[in-house]
Amino acid sequence: MAQSECVIEINGLQTRFGNQVIHRDVNLCVYRGEILTLIGGSGSGKTTLMRQMLGLEQPYGGTVRIFGETRNNANRNSLKKNIRGRTGVLFQQGALFSALTVFDNVALPMRELHTLTESIIRELVMIKLKMVAIGSEHAGKMPSALSGGMIKRVALARALALDPELLFLDEPTAGLDPELSEGFVELILGLRKELNLTIVMVTHDLDTLMSLSDRIAVLADQRVITAGTLDQVYRFPHPFVVSFFKNMQHKTRPMNHWEQTWKTVPTR
Amino acid sequence: MIERKPNSIQTDAARHPMSQWYQLRTDDGVCRIMLTGNYTYTALLRQFAALMQELSSHARNQELYWDLTGIQQLDSIGTALLWHAWQAHRPAQLLLRPEHETMFERFERLPGYRSENRVREWLGFVTKPGKHALLLWTHAVGLIALIGQLLLDVLYLLRHPIYIPWREISANLYRTGAQALGITALVGFLIGIVLSYLSSRQLQMFGADIFIINILGFSIIRELGPMLAAILVAGRSGSSMTAQLGVMRVTQELDALTVMGISHSLRLVLPKVLGLGIAMPLLVMWTSAIALLGGMVAAELQLGLSVRYFLSELPDAVPIANLWLGLGKGVVCGMAIALVACHFGLRIKPNTESLGEGTTSSVVTAITMVIVIDAIFAMMFSDVGLY
Repeated sequence: MAQSECVIEINGLQTRFGNQVIHRDVNLCVYRGEILTLIGGSGSGKTTLMRQMLGLEQPYGGTVRIFGETRNNANRNSLKKNIRGRTGVLFQQGALFSALTVFDNVALPMRELHTLTESIIRELVMIKLKMVAIGSEHAGKMPSALSGGMIKRVALARALALDPELLFLDEPTAGLDPELSEGFVELILGLRKELNLTIVMVTHDLDTLMSLSDRIAVLADQRVITAGTLDQVYRFPHPFVVSFFKNMQHKTRPMNHWEQTWKTVPTR
Repeated sequence: MIERKPNSIQTDAARHPMSQWYQLRTDDGVCRIMLTGNYTYTALLRQFAALMQELSSHARNQELYWDLTGIQQLDSIGTALLWHAWQAHRPAQLLLRPEHETMFERFERLPGYRSENRVREWLGFVTKPGKHALLLWTHAVGLIALIGQLLLDVLYLLRHPIYIPWREISANLYRTGAQALGITALVGFLIGIVLSYLSSRQLQMFGADIFIINILGFSIIRELGPMLAAILVAGRSGSSMTAQLGVMRVTQELDALTVMGISHSLRLVLPKVLGLGIAMPLLVMWTSAIALLGGMVAAELQLGLSVRYFLSELPDAVPIANLWLGLGKGVVCGMAIALVACHFGLRIKPNTESLGEGTTSSVVTAITMVIVIDAIFAMMFSDVGLY
């Protein structure tokens, strides 16, 4: 992997909401072609960090560079469009436009280019939908008529509409059953191989974490305490990391759920 | 035989404006087209149409040998361009990089997109009014059912007073009443001034200055005060009630209440209806008072009619029944606005389109309803409080 090229470079980032400090000094680099996973406890600022990368929050201090440009410099419309066009985002709830059909949702970014003809857009949309395994019979449906897993896949198709180089996934497998989430993981791996994607992901799901991530960045104490491969992070001595990975052993150990509790103690 | 087009085959590629995209070459009697550069949408965006036109004109030549190995980057939009230039089938002679193969395969296996053929409605002139009538019918039935449900709730609360939602009622009273004081005062004061100014100019012509008290008293206390307050509240509180219930539907809060066994009508609708039923007459009183104040100020400036005289003459000029009528209208309109708002709020489906539509129709219906109620009052009490 070419370690030299940072697609996203974060230097000394500080984030504050009022008096509440979310990030004190965050330094992170996302290399081209890797899948980086952000983990951290609830409220540790994972989603906020992702929103910083997306330009949805303003840094209080420090810089966030995407493709070598800070969002602040990118005031010129063309540059902004350029960054937006090269990134795709899968929001946690999908964030599909509920007033548009599945087809129109995926077609929207393409229509915004004002270059492609309607017949090309139609083909491209059907291809994107096929890539995420959505049948053509669902193209005319409204998002409210879809199941949770399908919403995620349609949202992924929309994120991929313009073949982004950089893909953000916010809890991609939350709310999917194990089989679906395994399918989703395979889908992302396949797409990554084909489209040469760089992926930044936030997840709590250990299976997704282990099967997808090249590197893991751990957020705690308002900064990135460590970033590295699963093995490196696993050995990192920090209470959060220890308790996070302890769950892995918990998972495999069978538990007796039929122990007596204060509710089931027989009364005599 | 290879057809040679003088403008497309270039010996000196650099002179051709599209040379960064492709070069034509002939060696050993085989005409080749070599595509080069990045076929990605960022690179293609400006010349998309022109390039597609040129490539499709080349594609008409069946024996052309397509060499795509020179393409550095190819994305799906670039693939779509080539595929369209080729008229949706591969050229007979094609050289591809293996990693580009999958994308072209996708295009080959593309399922046809059937846009739903809308069934032509020949009987539109019958079905459309029919649909509207049915919709009106469902709204009427829904409103009546809601009122019935509220009556049942009230009966239940009379037997179990511990469940009366005092906190919600008081919160609604504050939100729809106290917070609306400013806007109703402003509008009432200005309308009072305008009305008084215009009327006094007319009355001056006849030397009937003194009747300004009758005109202002009747029109404001009996009609304008209640109507202004009701229309403002319908726009202000009605829309917020509908939107609140609608968002609660979108975020599944309504479902959460249902599974906890908490009745929507008892906890959400009833406090709103009661709250607005109490707040509205108070607002009507307030609006009328401020409008009269505006009228008095204008009368003093225009006619030199003193405020003291105005106030002392007002009870003689306007029977007290008019005030009760105005307050009664306030109660009825307030409850009607809240009912309509809640009815539309509970019908909102969990999507943004429906939320906007529901809020709009709620406000429009509420304002229409207020005016209809006013007309009904005018007919029913046509001989009350008038000389």
